[in-house]
Amino acid sequence: MEEPKANVTSSGIGHGEKEDGAGGPIILFFILGLIASLLIGWVAFPPLLYSQKKQPVDFNHALHNGLVDNGCESCHFFREDGTYSGVPKLAQCIECHEEANSEDPEEIKFVEEYVKKEREVPWLVYSRQPACVFFSHAAHVKTAQMDCVTCHGPIGESESLKPYQQNRITGYSRDIWGENILGVKRNSWDRMKMDDCAECHATSGVSAGSVQTQKDGCLVCHK
Amino acid sequence: MKIDRRSFLSFVIGGAAGTALTPLPWKLTDDLSIWSQNWAWTPIPPRGETTYVASTCTLCPGGCGISVRKVDERVVKVEGLKGHPVNDGGICPLGLSGAQLLYSPTRVRTPLKKVNGGWQEISWDKAIQEIAARLRELREKDQPQTVAWVSDTDRGTVAELCKRFLTVYGSPNFIRTPSIQDSYELALYLTQGQRAMAGFDLANATYVLSFGSGIIEGWGSPPYLFRAKSAMQQKGGTISQVEGRLSKTAAKADQFIPIKPGTEGALALGLIHVILKEGLYRKDFVQNRSAGWEALKKISGDEFAPEAVSKLTGAEAKIIADLARAFAGAKKPLAICGRGNGRQIAGNEQEFLAVHFLNALAGSINTAGGVVAVPEPDYIDWPEPEMDAVASKGMQQARVDGAGGKDFPMSRYLLNRLPEALNAGPSSPVQVLFVNSANPAYSLMDTPKVEKGLKKIPLVVSFSAFMDETAAMAHYILPNHVYLERFEDVPAAQSFPRPIIGLVKPVTRPLFNTRHTGDAVMQLAKAVGGNVAAAFGWASYEACLQESLGDKWDALKEEGYWVESKFVPAAFETKSKKFEFSNADIAQLPAYAALKAPGDDKAFPLTLIPYDTLRLSSGTGGSPPFLVKSLEETILQKNDGCVEINPADAQKLGLADGVDAVLSTPKGSARVKVILSEGIMPGLVAMVRGLGHTAYDRFLAGKGININSLMGSVEDPGTGFEAAWGIRAQLTKA
Repeated sequence: MEEPKANVTSSGIGHGEKEDGAGGPIILFFILGLIASLLIGWVAFPPLLYSQKKQPVDFNHALHNGLVDNGCESCHFFREDGTYSGVPKLAQCIECHEEANSEDPEEIKFVEEYVKKEREVPWLVYSRQPACVFFSHAAHVKTAQMDCVTCHGPIGESESLKPYQQNRITGYSRDIWGENILGVKRNSWDRMKMDDCAECHATSGVSAGSVQTQKDGCLVCHK
Repeated sequence: MKIDRRSFLSFVIGGAAGTALTPLPWKLTDDLSIWSQNWAWTPIPPRGETTYVASTCTLCPGGCGISVRKVDERVVKVEGLKGHPVNDGGICPLGLSGAQLLYSPTRVRTPLKKVNGGWQEISWDKAIQEIAARLRELREKDQPQTVAWVSDTDRGTVAELCKRFLTVYGSPNFIRTPSIQDSYELALYLTQGQRAMAGFDLANATYVLSFGSGIIEGWGSPPYLFRAKSAMQQKGGTISQVEGRLSKTAAKADQFIPIKPGTEGALALGLIHVILKEGLYRKDFVQNRSAGWEALKKISGDEFAPEAVSKLTGAEAKIIADLARAFAGAKKPLAICGRGNGRQIAGNEQEFLAVHFLNALAGSINTAGGVVAVPEPDYIDWPEPEMDAVASKGMQQARVDGAGGKDFPMSRYLLNRLPEALNAGPSSPVQVLFVNSANPAYSLMDTPKVEKGLKKIPLVVSFSAFMDETAAMAHYILPNHVYLERFEDVPAAQSFPRPIIGLVKPVTRPLFNTRHTGDAVMQLAKAVGGNVAAAFGWASYEACLQESLGDKWDALKEEGYWVESKFVPAAFETKSKKFEFSNADIAQLPAYAALKAPGDDKAFPLTLIPYDTLRLSSGTGGSPPFLVKSLEETILQKNDGCVEINPADAQKLGLADGVDAVLSTPKGSARVKVILSEGIMPGLVAMVRGLGHTAYDRFLAGKGININSLMGSVEDPGTGFEAAWGIRAQLTKA
């Protein structure tokens, strides 16, 4: 009758010994796991999430801005029907660049590769929203009189196009979520997520989002 | 230090806790949600500039103006052109789905040559040289008349180029596909002495008597007639529809008079009988502007008294007499005929004449609300080609279809007689057949016989932009651009009561290695050489078109159409300068007789009749997927074609609604689904026209039954026209 009891006791003691001996390593492993995941999450993950792409031609916004009369709208114009033209098509560029106007290798590349071959330049658009987002430039620029800079930042003053960082999962630009992985922004143009739209709409008191219903709602922007 | 299970778990828990303190899970959740809402395979229309191009639709002879919406170079929608005289913004379902034809997977993308039963890609130059070599051979053998050309129209620059090619080559065998145009044109020619098209000012009529014409089912120019019908009914006008089945038009008419199909002419003569007997005709027109009306009494004698006509047609004698009084008593009555959409059958000429006489008795000829003789377009005025001896001799040979010959001197085209001619002897009288905007292997009656005939032709060349049934049987395909990629003239709008020219404009650049048939014909002529080449002096089809349209070109390019604003119908050009109810030519035609549906009454107790719907293209081209998807359950169920029968017949045959049955006719049999309908006369079985394609794509092929494969050709005795209105049939439980 003693055998089983002894067994129980010894096994109980045995457990106790192990717990005592392993207490340190368990906490250590917990901390190790914690540190490793923090490193992965904060340091390794952000650069892994994005691939870097070079624009097909390095475009100098500052140079062009100095040559045109009508600011951004000289090239990024509104069509007659009120729709926004977006990134210029080759046909527009050709108006000035049928031949290279300078020795600039980027301009020469543009003329040789695209103008002469009649190929559209596959520009990578930093501000391209997912296809499920409906956005009207006319409502913001024409009706609400907003500046381009408010959302797009001072890109018009840039002399060179920064690399396009493409989110490997969504395929969209890093500029939508923002450079800061936490999503913290300092300027209004640092992020272009739905919350940022909503924030501006809230602070400027825009609630009648839909022309038809005079109400806000999902379908105003998500068609 | 030992790494055991506990330390591992502890590491994982630490990792999980740490991960929760990083942006990783939150960012990944957000990214995954965006990813899942934007699958790469979800079709997303590319953005771009929206533009509209005004052009003309060619998918039926309706001649509607279209406004094509594009986003950058992509065609996204075809809409009706606002302000266009024919359709003023209206459009039919086929016209609406034009973009699906442009981007259709069955488009022929490059010239093809059949080698060992399969298709091989071939260059344009090589294909044209090879065909030209065969054509030169036939001329050397003094057999130019063995070349024939089938087309759905004989008007406009492209058809004229084809005809010019044949003429200067030496063949009289240009053949237009059958339609009610044949019968209407002949009726106008016989009675008014004019080569003209029949226009109908339906909008201004106060009473329309339709002998089975599908006013809202594709007859004439669909959007024009839709609007005209609504306009006349809103102004208080009424419509009486005469046919064997409650069609959509009948349902929308003010009066539906069911009669046995095939006896429409008898009813028209019955009405003439009453009108003459009661003196209800317009004396001013009949006495001053017509000749030979006494002859009418002879052709509408006692055998067409209401009681007799009642026996023939199945309509009550009183209804017939009342109908005559209503027609003659209306302020502006208009009678029209040609069953369904009138696109595949010419009809019984005596029936058309009788209906035309009804209009004349009512004075509704060349008046507001009446039938208007619209002159054939005259802008194509090219110099006569110089003919060599071979061509002159060839042109004097009899036509292969017998049109204009001793049996049928009045007819111009009899494509329905071609299969018989092809199958008659051991070798085909046609050595080379060109097919341009037509699909005879599908649209002629008794398609197995047509197929057998076509197979005997050593060289068939199709210009089809799509792999249709005829193209699939051809030896070469020289694919045309589709109408959204090319220039072309549309010289008339069928049934529209004024001369109008529409311009087809390229809305987008050609997507594939296709070529305008006008250019292909010219290049073929140049490759044949000699006088044939010399007859085509233009640099390109576009140059030819521009030259032909002359001073109208600028207006056409700007507006998309040109319309004769101050149109006055020409005076009658008969010998008497009056409308002739009778003359030597009319006297040559045999007296009216209702044509019998082929087949034995005992073995086949029912009669199969076709009907048309606007939701299917039953003319030259196949229906795009949009149309097939919109079909009612009474027409198509999955891949099964349906037939309508009267519940009384169903009971006799032991058939219930929705059951499978076998429909057999003397020409063949097919499995069908039975649909019971109170709207169809007992003794009839109705099936839609436009299904049962074997070619084209998976959206169209194998769906339903091609009724033409079950039908047999019926020849109008006086003219040789295709007059098949039905065939004897039997339905048995499957």
